[in-house]
Amino acid sequence: MARTAPTPSATPPDAIRNFCIIAHIDHGKSTLADRMLQITGVVDARQMRDQYLDRMDIERERGITIKSQAVRMPWEFDGRSYALNMIDTPGHVDFSYEVSRSLAACEGAVLLVDAAQGIEAQTLANLYLALENDLTIIPVLNKIDLPAAQPDKYAEELARLIGTDPSACRRVSGKTGDGVARLLDDIVREVPPPVGDADAPARAMIFDSVYDIYRGVVTYVRVIDGRLSARERILMMSTRATHELLEIGVISPEPVPSAGLGVGEVGYLITGVKDVRQSKVGDTVTNSAKPATGALAGYRDPKPMVFSGLYPIDGSDYPALREALDKLKLNDAALVYEPETSAALGFGFRCGFLGLLHLEIVRERLEREFDLDLISTAPNVVYQVTMEDGTEVVVTNPSEFPGGKVAEVREPVVRATVLAPSDYIGSIMELCQQRRGTLRGMDYLSEDRVEMRYTLPLAEIVFDFFDQLKSRTRGYASLDYEADGDVAADLVKVDILLHGEAVDAFSAIVHKDKAYSYGVEMAGRLRKLIPRQQFEVPIQAAIGARVIARENVRAMRKDVLAKCYGGDITRKRKLLEKQKEGKRRMKMVGRVEVPQEAFIAALTNDVAGADKRK
Amino acid sequence: MSALPDGERPPPDGALPPGCAEGAGDRAFGVYLHVPFCAVRCGYCDFTTYTAAELGGGADQARYAETACRELDLAATVLAAAGLPRRPAATVFFGGGTPTLLPADDLVRMLDAVSERFGLAAAAEVTVEANPESVTADALARLAAAGVTRVSFGMQSAVPHVLATLDRVHTPDRVPRVVDWARDAGLAVSLDLIYGTPGESVADWSASLHAALACMPDHLSAYPLVVEDGTRLAVDVRRGLVAPPDDDDLATKYELGDDVLAGSGFSWYEVSNWSRDPAGACRHNLGYWNGDDWWGVGPGAHSHVGGVRWWNVRHPRAYAERLADGGSPAAGREVLDAGQQHAERVLLGVRLASGLPVTVLPTEHRHRVRGLVADGLVDPGAASRNRVVLTRRGRLLADTVVRTLLG
Ligand SMILES: Nc1nc2c(ncn2[C@@H]2O[C@H](COP(=O)(O)OP(=O)(O)OP(=O)(O)O)[C@@H](O)[C@H]2O)c(=O)[nH]1
Ligand SMILES: C[S@@+](CC[C@H](N)C(=O)[O-])C[C@H]1O[C@@H](n2cnc3c(N)ncnc32)[C@H](O)[C@@H]1O
Ligand code: SF4
Ligand SMILES: [Mg+2]
Repeated sequence: MARTAPTPSATPPDAIRNFCIIAHIDHGKSTLADRMLQITGVVDARQMRDQYLDRMDIERERGITIKSQAVRMPWEFDGRSYALNMIDTPGHVDFSYEVSRSLAACEGAVLLVDAAQGIEAQTLANLYLALENDLTIIPVLNKIDLPAAQPDKYAEELARLIGTDPSACRRVSGKTGDGVARLLDDIVREVPPPVGDADAPARAMIFDSVYDIYRGVVTYVRVIDGRLSARERILMMSTRATHELLEIGVISPEPVPSAGLGVGEVGYLITGVKDVRQSKVGDTVTNSAKPATGALAGYRDPKPMVFSGLYPIDGSDYPALREALDKLKLNDAALVYEPETSAALGFGFRCGFLGLLHLEIVRERLEREFDLDLISTAPNVVYQVTMEDGTEVVVTNPSEFPGGKVAEVREPVVRATVLAPSDYIGSIMELCQQRRGTLRGMDYLSEDRVEMRYTLPLAEIVFDFFDQLKSRTRGYASLDYEADGDVAADLVKVDILLHGEAVDAFSAIVHKDKAYSYGVEMAGRLRKLIPRQQFEVPIQAAIGARVIARENVRAMRKDVLAKCYGGDITRKRKLLEKQKEGKRRMKMVGRVEVPQEAFIAALTNDVAGADKRK
Repeated sequence: MSALPDGERPPPDGALPPGCAEGAGDRAFGVYLHVPFCAVRCGYCDFTTYTAAELGGGADQARYAETACRELDLAATVLAAAGLPRRPAATVFFGGGTPTLLPADDLVRMLDAVSERFGLAAAAEVTVEANPESVTADALARLAAAGVTRVSFGMQSAVPHVLATLDRVHTPDRVPRVVDWARDAGLAVSLDLIYGTPGESVADWSASLHAALACMPDHLSAYPLVVEDGTRLAVDVRRGLVAPPDDDDLATKYELGDDVLAGSGFSWYEVSNWSRDPAGACRHNLGYWNGDDWWGVGPGAHSHVGGVRWWNVRHPRAYAERLADGGSPAAGREVLDAGQQHAERVLLGVRLASGLPVTVLPTEHRHRVRGLVADGLVDPGAASRNRVVLTRRGRLLADTVVRTLLG
């Protein structure tokens, strides 16, 4: 343990090492981070808990990391004290934007591989990301305590992948701590120190931020040049806004205020400003008195892959939802949204996400952290529609799919990488074929493991493809994908009509071959959910004017409570008041009263996905 | 047993708020006398009623008439103190529970107490509810002699398996006999029927209707079976032991009932009530729908005077104790605001064949009537005469109509 921890703002760059831990999901990044926190003494045994850096309830409940977390830790090596900035990153593909921003704040990456699983799809994806950022890669096999671990085998696989000798792969156990101290030594030895101009005007990169109800916006930065000091005025280079630095410090692993931050250091800033727009991920912070001339290159904005409408169940929560999205966006730079209106659901937002897990997490965080009740429409991808007259329409909401003469519809496709034992090649091919995939290539990683590369429509894989893949490969396959432009496809819009009126929230764009089953399923589902009205309500699924499925909600014949309550009129009136209250929660589709709950239930399971599972 | 509504706490002496006397001269006054005792409790029933076993002996029952008379004393005092004129009772209704479980003399004593405190109007309607299995010819004769004019029998069904499901203990052949006794005593007769009992076929219902008509009653009430919370029936339904009543089946049976009754010369005057001629309508119950004043005596009884509604404590012992202490047995009350009074006026008024004057509705809401006519829920002819009268379809969808009118 370090006796003389280097002081933030007074640590020379050559005593700093910035690294992140990257891996496939569940390979043990957060657990390894735990051991580092302990061995370096920043968290004592009493405070320790598993996956210490998974701070959000939602992360702990799901056992996955969603947010990157940077922690400053002291470490003694060869008689000298160092400051290590370690960033634990998420493994799930939906959060790769978190990983890429973390990588940009580091000079090195610990590439962790579960010694019982070997290389998986996100191992590759994250490795490539790290290489693009010119990071020094330290290959590490984890979980060597497991009886099923095959460190020799996977050392070979890993070494082949990154082009080194198998002996370069460290072996650790995040569980027992075995090998972790040695790994920290190696990090000091191999990861280059940060370089920057200490005398230049300050330039610090905003890589994350969060809204804290007590302190306002907390901004996380990595200093590239110069220094930032407490109490000085800073300038946000993109917005030109200036603020006084109320507090500056490092996370270790709780916020520790410091005099400032110097070249290569990673820490946080607080300006006390509550306006959430002041801190933009990717922006450069400089001194207001002596501003830098050029901003740092920011991050490439991630491209949302799936869209869904988010609506407050209680319409009066709309302003609260807007504010919640603004605040959450601080902590989730990948989230995009813009207002939209639905005849069925009222005022809400069309939101773009990096994937379904991202959608789920955002929705859950909005509900928990901002106390909102939300309804989300069935997720969809974005379509490029070309009309016969040459106009182009971008469709992020299926109900806005243009009517009239459509020349071509293009849908996004991805390059998908599937890693699996070679035994499963056949069933993987079958699945990909069903999902309209094209095989682009296949390589053996070792004798019995293959990497298969496919082009697949995004709409076919975002929903339940991964579940299917897992079940067909007994859980052995892993999947990664990235956007790869768009292609023309035979797509149609299916509308769902209630009593002749299309319900915007239920429109879907589906492949021609799947339109019928979508229509049948949705109409059937709604028939069970829509209460009887005083008139018969036909439910139709239609492509344009062509009805492809039909159901009927029979007319309600009786609703009267005909009993005489011996003069208890109060009870009768209260019942009526309750009915009226219930009616207020009804949405009108033409003349049809649809309870909010019916919309929610109908939208709860993605029908297109449910249908594929059959 | 059905829970009492929530409300504000009434004053211990039962005093009424000022204002309730306003317009009292235009409102009929009735007295409801609740008799909260039954030999056994039927599985579907949530009325305020107790068996002797539940009460731990018959003591409450024996002293009941005396206790009820005390509340009549209180009623006279409270109404006078509130500035209400002394109005003879236009209607008196003994309901239950099973009023005829008390000796006829006890009921007579209570009726006498009413006429002593308030007087009885010249052609007062005095009804007693009676259960076919326990009522006797003697009792009916004694009641008629004392001023009772009408008896309402809980027939429910003429089909043994339906009666069994309803836990009713009388046999179908008992009903014509008790009706004959009543008629011999000079009483007008009403029969209560329930339709939609689990296991009841349309043919069963038809048989019950015809059996009821064969008794030549003056009046008929037909109620769809309601599964009330807290009843044994509700438990059985929840456990899946019996099927809950089905709205379509109830609608079919309502229509059948209305057809059969109309075919025998009956016409509806309230959604669930039919009479052979207009004079045969139950005036006491009409008072409920018309927003008249009445004082409800007895445990769990509800009262209404000039926009104030209140209800008594439910347990007979608590009820008796309150009165013995010289206080009011009222457990809660509501003083209706204008909006609530309007809602009730609409809610109750549309249920009557006489209908609701369109002018009761604010001008800006009157167009709603047109929509209801277009939907076939409100009678076009009556609407053109400025009254909202339900069509048969409208009677079955009366709640929709009320919600639409109130918006
Ligand atoms: N036996 C053993 N189990 C480990 C070790 N490291 C992690 N685990 C277990 O592996 C599971 C995943 O560990 P995490 O640390 O949450 O994995 P992660 O890589 O952070 O996961 P994500 O953040 O979701 O990508 C947990 O159940 C850990 O207890 C290890 O060295 N040995
Ligand atoms: C409270 S009872 C009292 C009369 C008498 N004790 C009897 O049961 O015949 C009055 C009428 O209400 C009706 N009733 C009671 N509970 C009912 C329920 N749950 N559903 C429909 N009607 C009911 C019955 O028709 C009954 O005759
Ligand atoms: S006899 Fe009448 S009041 Fe008594 S329990 Fe049965 S239905 Fe209810
Ligand atoms: Mg983790």
